[in-house]
Amino acid sequence: MSWEPVIGLEVHVHLKTRTKVFCRCPVGFGAGENTQTCPVCLGFPGALPVINRRAVEWTIKLGLALGCEIAQHAVFARKHYPYPDLPKGYQISQYDLPSCINGKMLLPTAEGDRVIGIVRAHLEEDAAKTIHVGGRSGRIGGADYSLIDFNRGGTPLVEIVTAPDIRSADEARRFLQLLRQTVVELGISDAEMEKGALRVDANVSVRPTGSDELRTRTEIKNMNSFNFIARGIEAEVERQIGVWDSGDEVRQQTYDFDAATGTLTARRSKEEADDYRYFPEPDLVPVEPPADLVEALCAELPELPAERIRRLEAALDLDRATVLVTGGLDRLWGETVAAGADRTAAANVIANALVGAGVDLGAVSPAELAKLVGARDRIPRTAFDEAIAKLGDPGFSAEPYLTQEAVADSAELEPIVARVLEANPGQVEAFRNGKQGLLGFFVGQVMKETDGKANPRVVSELVRSRLEA
Amino acid sequence: MIDTLRLTAEGAMGLLERGELSAGELHAAYLGAIAELDGELHCYLRTSEEPSGDGIPIALKDVISTKGIETTAGSRILSGYTPVFDATVAARVKGAGLSLLGKTNTDEFAMGSSTENSAWGPSRNPWDPARVPGGSGGGTAAAVSAGLAPWGLGSDTGGSIKQPSALCGNVGLRPTYGTVSRYGVVAFASSLDQVGPVARTVRDVALLYSIVAGRDPLDSTTAELPEAVQLPEGDSLAGVRLAVPKQVGDLDAIEPGVRAAFEASLERARDLSAEVGECDLPLSYRYGMPCYYLVAPAEASSNLARYDGVRYGLRTPASAYDEMVEETRDDGFGPEPKRRIMLGTYALSAGYYDAYYGQAQRVRTLLIREHRDALEGFDAIVTPTSPTVAFPIGDKAADPLAMYACDLLTIPSCLAGLPGLSIPCGLSDGLPVGLQLIGRQFGENGLFRIGHAFEQAIGFDTVPERLR
Repeated sequence: MSWEPVIGLEVHVHLKTRTKVFCRCPVGFGAGENTQTCPVCLGFPGALPVINRRAVEWTIKLGLALGCEIAQHAVFARKHYPYPDLPKGYQISQYDLPSCINGKMLLPTAEGDRVIGIVRAHLEEDAAKTIHVGGRSGRIGGADYSLIDFNRGGTPLVEIVTAPDIRSADEARRFLQLLRQTVVELGISDAEMEKGALRVDANVSVRPTGSDELRTRTEIKNMNSFNFIARGIEAEVERQIGVWDSGDEVRQQTYDFDAATGTLTARRSKEEADDYRYFPEPDLVPVEPPADLVEALCAELPELPAERIRRLEAALDLDRATVLVTGGLDRLWGETVAAGADRTAAANVIANALVGAGVDLGAVSPAELAKLVGARDRIPRTAFDEAIAKLGDPGFSAEPYLTQEAVADSAELEPIVARVLEANPGQVEAFRNGKQGLLGFFVGQVMKETDGKANPRVVSELVRSRLEA
Repeated sequence: MIDTLRLTAEGAMGLLERGELSAGELHAAYLGAIAELDGELHCYLRTSEEPSGDGIPIALKDVISTKGIETTAGSRILSGYTPVFDATVAARVKGAGLSLLGKTNTDEFAMGSSTENSAWGPSRNPWDPARVPGGSGGGTAAAVSAGLAPWGLGSDTGGSIKQPSALCGNVGLRPTYGTVSRYGVVAFASSLDQVGPVARTVRDVALLYSIVAGRDPLDSTTAELPEAVQLPEGDSLAGVRLAVPKQVGDLDAIEPGVRAAFEASLERARDLSAEVGECDLPLSYRYGMPCYYLVAPAEASSNLARYDGVRYGLRTPASAYDEMVEETRDDGFGPEPKRRIMLGTYALSAGYYDAYYGQAQRVRTLLIREHRDALEGFDAIVTPTSPTVAFPIGDKAADPLAMYACDLLTIPSCLAGLPGLSIPCGLSDGLPVGLQLIGRQFGENGLFRIGHAFEQAIGFDTVPERLR
């Protein structure tokens, strides 16, 4: 039987408002422990929350970008669970009346747009950060003691819940890349996973291909990069298929994915299901955004990444368009092409060489970049790489690099090619047995021998003609 | 010699203004009275030796956070907790120059009708120290009646201002929900809690209300007053229309002596040219209590979740976090908070929410509507404040349901968010009886006018007979 993965994501995004969602403490990363706190975010007796207006507006803005209906009457609720990082004993969140519902995100693919439903997007407060000292794996169980840093507590958080519309780990990754780029471009979050500003949980189940049933799902947590998320989902899909194929049943369970070993570890299951005892937060009034505010926020929306991928795809191809847009590189690309560069060559240089060199994209002159793109095959690789690395320097000029010429003379390069092939008989054998990808290896060796001064296109032709002779 | 038993806040203000008395002397006079009587009455949990302002002294119920002064809400779990911030109402009375006399006793987390649930022992009624002063704000009410404070602030969830005022023979206002900030007031049931004044005259109550009321940016549920507070004058009730709920006649819980004093008050109102009619509140008296005892414990179970021993107050050491929290809460909470945490947790549980908390909220909507309809064509609803006079200490302590029934008459209007004023209207067996006036939303000025006129006509002597 063939199986189809059914995947839904829960994405938490920190909003980069100046102050926390229910008090006036600054939001920040890296300040001294417990220095950004007050009676409200420490849950002192009698302290009351007040909604951060900007956080509400940004939640609505994100909802609009995700095609959601914006609730005219949204209600904050208390979600109870006892944990030391939750000073009130409850988290203020939204429950049955969230700010944004029924949206969708279009994921451009070669087969047309995939529609990923957005069930809801709501605003809530983040918990504080607990650091468990001693014991194994930084968990509370077995720790010698635990420390709490309340600086993070009360940071505004938007939770986005997708419908179970995602059908592969790769699709999950592409969805997340597009979503991240969307929030970054809206200017509401830095969405940096390494700082915990974007966190993802995946709900995974599988079903026989073609069926529309929803089988028992599991949840994967603790995945801190898009690649890990994709690997975690892949591992879980495989595990579930194995379980069903062996005649067993998948049980509802939460797993942690360990990226180092590629394994999933089941969390200790609780005796009872969680009961959060939600009820409407009596300390806050409902969020009722006036229609003109919602209209104004809608008018502020920029052209969104998914739309731009479609637009670029016409001039480029889907993969390159996706890489440029989700990397925030498409504007520079457009200006570089306008300055005369070849579209595909410019895309390759920007997405690979420029990003790899860590250049400040904002400081790059498209005109100079266009000159380098045009000269890439002609000038020595070392000169090209150096020029790319310096593109962001103030007053950078491509001219000194453009006058250098790569060695394209076959007579000069032939002996070097021959030497490289003789030195690597194993790889030559493998190439001849069909491992075409080794061509790059040989070219690289020749480039190394010539200190990067050889013309890679000429070298590539020489290697190929010798090996295929 | 300052007679703190007779001196009103307004009167004291006059003495200060005319320079006949200094704020220090005034403060000292009350401290002297406290030294003399509070050993017996136990109104105060803490007193301030030095005046903190140049105005009238004031007593604050111990649920009101005071910066730098221990605030326990009558609970062991908050022992040793000293707030780093003032509640908005504490800041407002300070801003008006009032001088903090001390923190007054309360049932634990304001849960109770007698102060017997205070972790620090009960307060006693100045009219008869063998009896309770009512609760939860019994400390403030008893202090005001015994001349240990000219006035004070209490908090009212289902009757905690009005009922002790009735039992101690003074004036208490539970304001319209949302007119006084709850910021910094230790929460019991957030959708019901309101801070309000207690004093010996309606004018003093109005004056203190004018100091604390009004929108607070730190409390989203507050609103600006639609009109300024007016100090009441005159003694006429001409043109005033009062409504007695039909159901009051059938309530067996109302003691004969209380009923007699209530009916005499209605006679007095007619003498003063008021029109006394009848209104109908069938749902309020039938479902008010059960509704309240779902809403209030549900919110309490949530509000009390923060007391875990991690950041402040009591901590009972244990070898693991979960154990520490359990032990701390077991040691820190008395029986009544524990009872309400259990009730409330149950009412909010998955599978029970709709039947209990959800249903109670729907009932509450009906009670709001019923009160609005009842007040059509009337200026105020009148009932006795408490079905009984002050009862002996220990009488109901073992019977939670009997204790809950003390608030039978005060609860419905609390659920409806409406203002209620209790004024003394007479004695029954030598103990004070309170008259409750319920007004429209933001109708405090009307209640002050009516209450003041009654007060002039009744001429009740607020000084307990045994202290005269």
